[in-house]
Amino acid sequence: MKKFAKIVLAGALAASMALAGCACAAGGGAKSDLIKVGIINNDPNESGYRTANDRDMKNTFTEANGYQASFAYSLKNDEQIAAAQKFIQDEVDYLLISAAGTSGWDGVLQQAQAAGIKVILFDRTIDADESLYEASIVSDMAAEGQKAVDWLASQGLSEYNVIHIQGVMGSSAQIGRTGALNDMVNANANWNLVEEQTAEWNAETAQQIVQSVIDRGDKFNVIYAENDDMAKGAVQALDKANISHGVGKDVIVIGFDCNKWALEELLAGNWNYDGQCNPFQASYIDNIIKNGATQKVVIMDEKGFDAATITQADVDQYGI
Amino acid sequence: MTVSDNKLKTKNPVLGALGKLVQNQLFIPLAALLVLVLFNLIADPSFFKISLDQSSAGYPVLSGYLITIIDNASELAILAIGMTLVTSASGGQDISVGSAIAIAGSVVLRVLCGTDSRPTELKAPIIVAFIVCVIVSMIFGAFNGVLVAYFKIQPMVATLILYTAGRSIAAWINNNELPIISEPSFGYYGNFIPGIPLPTPVFIAAACMIIIALILKFTNLRLYSQSVGINPYSSRLNGINPQVVKLITFIILGACVAVAGFIKVSRLSTINYSVVAKDIEMDVILAVALGGNALSGGKFNMTASIMGAYVIQFLTTTLFKFKVNANAISAYKAVVVIILVVLSAPIVREKLMQLKKKIMPGSGVRKEVA
Repeated sequence: MKKFAKIVLAGALAASMALAGCACAAGGGAKSDLIKVGIINNDPNESGYRTANDRDMKNTFTEANGYQASFAYSLKNDEQIAAAQKFIQDEVDYLLISAAGTSGWDGVLQQAQAAGIKVILFDRTIDADESLYEASIVSDMAAEGQKAVDWLASQGLSEYNVIHIQGVMGSSAQIGRTGALNDMVNANANWNLVEEQTAEWNAETAQQIVQSVIDRGDKFNVIYAENDDMAKGAVQALDKANISHGVGKDVIVIGFDCNKWALEELLAGNWNYDGQCNPFQASYIDNIIKNGATQKVVIMDEKGFDAATITQADVDQYGI
Repeated sequence: MTVSDNKLKTKNPVLGALGKLVQNQLFIPLAALLVLVLFNLIADPSFFKISLDQSSAGYPVLSGYLITIIDNASELAILAIGMTLVTSASGGQDISVGSAIAIAGSVVLRVLCGTDSRPTELKAPIIVAFIVCVIVSMIFGAFNGVLVAYFKIQPMVATLILYTAGRSIAAWINNNELPIISEPSFGYYGNFIPGIPLPTPVFIAAACMIIIALILKFTNLRLYSQSVGINPYSSRLNGINPQVVKLITFIILGACVAVAGFIKVSRLSTINYSVVAKDIEMDVILAVALGGNALSGGKFNMTASIMGAYVIQFLTTTLFKFKVNANAISAYKAVVVIILVVLSAPIVREKLMQLKKKIMPGSGVRKEVA
C-alpha cells in the first residue's frame, strides 16, 4: 500500500514537472514579435479600484495588441519581489509593477536592469533610484488628499471634528491622503482629529472604529475615509446610531476611488465628496512601450466630485 | 473521605469554593472577563452605559459598548461552536474559516443577485439564498473533513488548502464583481429588524447556541467526539466510527460558517473577498483556547468556548475604545495567547500545584489522614 502511494506521488510529481516544462516551452516557442510583459499587481479583489485596474491591464496587454502578458498578484511586498525575480528569470521584456510597499525594491530592480529588462511602475511609486526604472505612471495621492481637504475647507464649517479612517499604513495612498489632512489639522486650531485609526481598507473595521467613537460619545462632523469601502462601513455605523449624513446633514462623508456605487451615494446626497483615483494606466504604459518615455513621472489627470454638483453623466463616465 | 471533605468545607468555606471555582473550566474565561470589566470600570465607567435611541428609520434601538460587544461577537460565538467540536474530535483546528466565510457570503450574493452585480430587486427569496449557502458551506466543510478523517492529514495542513484558495473561489463565484444589494430587508439580518431594539445577530447567535445545546443534550455527539478525540482506536473498538464523527464535526462547522457568512454580508449588504472575515479563524481558535479547552482534542466545554468568544470581542472593543491602533490589536491578543499557553503548560501547572501545597499544606495532609 505504501509503495503504491509512493509510486502515485512520484507519478504526480513527474507529471507536474512535465506540465511545467510544457508551459516553459510554450512560452519560449511563442511568436518572437510579441512583447513579453510581466505584470505584478495587487490582488484584484482588494477593491473596486483594483478590479477596474486589472481589467484595464488585461484588456490592453492582449496578443491582438502585440503583447504576451503574465500576471502575478499579491498584497505582500516580499511575495511581489519574489514574483519579480521569477519574471526576470523568465526573461520578460518589460516588468510592470504596482508595488504593495514602497521599500525593498532596489535589489530586484538592479537585477532587472542587469538583465536588460525595462521596468515601468504604475499606480504606486517606490523608494528607489530613478535610473532603475523607465517611467512611473502614478496618481498623485497627496494631490488627491489636498483636493479633498481644500474642498472640505471651502465648506466653511466653524469647527472640523474629523474621524480619520486610514488605509493600510505605509501604502502611498495612505501616506498621501493622510498627509494633506494632517497638515491642515496641525495648521488650524479649529480642525481636530477625534479619531485617527487604520481600518486597512476594510469596511467592517471602519464600522467598528466609528461605532467606538459613537459609543464613547465624542462629537464629530466629518468622516474622512481613505477609500470608499471604509466610508461605506463608517456610514453603516452612522445609520445604526441615527446620525444623519450627507448634503446639508450633521456629518460630512468623504471617500476616495470613485466606485460607481459610491458616486451614486453622492448623487443621492448621502455622501458629500469623492476623490478620484484614476485606475486606467494601461493606455499610458502601452504608449510608453511603443513610443518611448518622454518623462520619468507621468501624473494622471484626476478629479474630485462634490455631491452638490455631480451628475448622472459623471457617474457613468468616472464610476469604476 | 467525604467526612474530611465536609470538614474542610465547614472549616474554610471560602477557600473551598474558590478551589472548586479555579478547577472549573469556566474559570479562565470568567476571570479574563472580570479583569476586563474591572479595568473598564476603573478607567471609565461610562463604558457600561446603554441608551435607548431612535434609529434613522424612527425605530427604537439600544446602543452602547456592551451592545456593540454582543453584536460584533455573534459571528465569533457561532464559529466557536463548530470549532470546539472540530478541535475536540480531530485534535486540530480549521484555519480556513475566514476563507470559507468569503465563499459563503459570495454564494448568498450570487443567488440573490444572479449575474447582475447591481440588482434593483432580489432574484431569489433570502431564505433560498441562505439554504444554498448552508449547503455549499457544508460541502466545503465535508471537503476539509474528508481530508482530515479519511486521508489522515493534519487538520491545519488539510484546511490550509481552502485557506489559500477560498478567497479566490469566492471571487470566482461572483465573476470577480463586487455585488451590492440595495433591498433594505436583506440588511435586517446583520443590523436591526425594524421595531426590535437589539441587533439581529444577537438573536441568531442565541438561536445557534440553543440548537447546539439541544444537540449536545439529546444526541451522543459530545460523548462521541470526546472519545474520538481522546483515543480514536479505543473508541473504534467500542463501536464508534472515528472517521464519521470527525467528518460530522467538520460539516457542523461548515453550517456555522454559513450562518456567520450570512450575517457578515448582511451587515454591509456587500462583500469584499480579500478582507471579509480576515484572520477570524485565529480569533475563533483563541476563543476555544480561552475557554480552557485542550487544543489537542478530547474533552470540551461548549459554554466556556462561547464565553471565550465574547471575551475576545470585549478585549477588541476595549482596545478600540482606548484608541489603540488597529494594527496593534493583534499584538495584545498575542499577549493573551502567551499567558494562556504558559499557564496551561504541564511544567507550570506542576509548579503551581507545588506552590499551592506550600501555601496551604493542610488540605493535602488532611486527605491523607482520612
